[in-house]
Amino acid sequence: MACGFRVFFPENHGAMLGATRRATDLIPAANAIGYSPEVCSYLTSDVGAFLKNETPMAKMPGYTFPKPDVLVYNTNQCRDVQEWMAFYQRRFGVPMLGVNTPSGLHEVTDVHVDAASRQIEAMVEPLAAITGRKLDYDRFKETVRLSRALSEKWKTVLETGAAVPTPINFFDSTIHMGPAVVLRGDTRAIEYYDLLLAELHDCIARGVGSVAEENTRLYWEGMPIWGKLREHSEFLAKQRTSVVASTYCNSWIFDAFDPEDPFRSMGRAYTEIFIARSEEWKQAYLERMIAEYKVDGILYHDAKTCPSNSNNRYGLPERLQEKTGIPYIVISGDLNDLRCYSEEQTKTNMEAFIEQLAES
Amino acid sequence: MTLYCGVDVGAAATKVVLIDAAGELRAHGVERTGPDTARVAAETRDAVLAASDLARHAIARTCATGFGRNEVAFAEVTRTEISCHSRGCLHHFPGPMTIVDIGGQDNKIIKLDERGKRVGFKLNRKCAAGTGAFLEEIAAILDVELGEMDRLAGEATDVVRLGSFCTVFAKTEILTNFRRGDRVADIVAGAFESVVRRIVEMDPLAGNVVLTGGVVGHNPYIVGIFERVLSRSVQVPPQPQFTGALGAALVARESA
Ligand code: SF4
Repeated sequence: MACGFRVFFPENHGAMLGATRRATDLIPAANAIGYSPEVCSYLTSDVGAFLKNETPMAKMPGYTFPKPDVLVYNTNQCRDVQEWMAFYQRRFGVPMLGVNTPSGLHEVTDVHVDAASRQIEAMVEPLAAITGRKLDYDRFKETVRLSRALSEKWKTVLETGAAVPTPINFFDSTIHMGPAVVLRGDTRAIEYYDLLLAELHDCIARGVGSVAEENTRLYWEGMPIWGKLREHSEFLAKQRTSVVASTYCNSWIFDAFDPEDPFRSMGRAYTEIFIARSEEWKQAYLERMIAEYKVDGILYHDAKTCPSNSNNRYGLPERLQEKTGIPYIVISGDLNDLRCYSEEQTKTNMEAFIEQLAES
Repeated sequence: MTLYCGVDVGAAATKVVLIDAAGELRAHGVERTGPDTARVAAETRDAVLAASDLARHAIARTCATGFGRNEVAFAEVTRTEISCHSRGCLHHFPGPMTIVDIGGQDNKIIKLDERGKRVGFKLNRKCAAGTGAFLEEIAAILDVELGEMDRLAGEATDVVRLGSFCTVFAKTEILTNFRRGDRVADIVAGAFESVVRRIVEMDPLAGNVVLTGGVVGHNPYIVGIFERVLSRSVQVPPQPQFTGALGAALVARESA
């Protein structure tokens, strides 16, 4: 933004394809050209959409495919993002720049922050060469300041989930997080959350919950199953169960942004995120969250194509239950690829878990 | 006499159990589930009533469980099969225990504490490995009747190890074994062993292990494999295929 670019985020397009249930029809096109059904289904949905020239965005007036001038990635989530940008790089023959962030960190030290922030800083020159304009440092600082302000607002929104009953649940938040994801550095996003916060505070004051007669509170660990948001939301509401918090929606809180030290603070913010941390760090984070949000049980989503967001794979659920006594279940599915999802299995799993929590 | 009815609509079979007010088993029966779950549930119940000379109006309450539980129109209550298997096992054995249920399409591991409260459970329905569906596939490729598998395994002199997770891969392995001249009985024993191994991979199976489900009911051979693999004895309730339906009947009685 501060370099004068319009920014498009293919991950959001991926989520959109999932939520509109187009993904499962588009993914096979990417599978057919060699992108395995085992790799990120955001990637394969988005690439499939490109190959088939189909997108829900086509409904937007004046929509045209945003042909890139440059592709920029950060591997702090996973390496698939890099491969994803590389697909478009090969198609369009445009430059690709990236930050390869350290991951699996227990503590984030200056060395790690240096590694990330220097890579971010090193992108300035090549980016300026593409636009023909130098980085507007004041605008850069202002963008970081606004991003921080937005992040704080989003955090306040999510924190209302701690109220009993919760006025906002995970399924609401996956939609409301849109501005925090795509409009960082834009004042309109802050206005959006001011409005939302007023409504949430009003609900808390009146004791109105997102789910009628809430009696069970769950934590969602992992990605949403985008094509099943409504189903899951309605199914759990019927069982008087709220999903009061999630790692996923909290991933867009970046406490470290500091307009006085924009490069380093960006480096720090993008390195200290949950997904880039060690198992011990993640466990301690989850312990804090379940206490703060008064959680009765944890639901882990094992997403077939997203190992980085499937935190059940190295024994963490077992260790966390042993330490805290808070029970868990694992549901198998995927963010976008509904070929990896069983409706009946998932609902039985959830229902049996809620029965278990009610018995104890 | 007042009766309570439990209906367990599994993916492969529909089981019905009738108990009386004292919790004593009065009648039971089973049918293949097929595509019309609602109809089969009603027919199975009616067949059980007819065979035991009991009247439908004596049923005070019905609880449905299993994957088709929401299709059973005549049930006043529903519970998941995880709850009903727990309840059914507790009827026969005190807690704590680890229940292993091997069904036609899935398997589950349920842990109950000393008070009989559930502390956790795991389901495997992602693939056929470790389920009755795997055994059906193997029976088909060996061209033996499903009902013959247990007897055949008893005649095994060796156990052919099937290494693969995947049912399709296991079938290819079996073709190779055949060509090598392995005996059918030894391959069947290997198939049962594979089912057990897939389950042991899901959980450490601590403490008192109780086996339930149709696969164990029809194939007692599997019990011996568990005991060998776990190096201790395991327990099997009477008529393990009906444990879920019995649990449902008990839930019906207790929620009345
Ligand atoms: S973190 Fe998961 S969803 Fe995000 S790009 Fe990587 S694989 Fe895809």
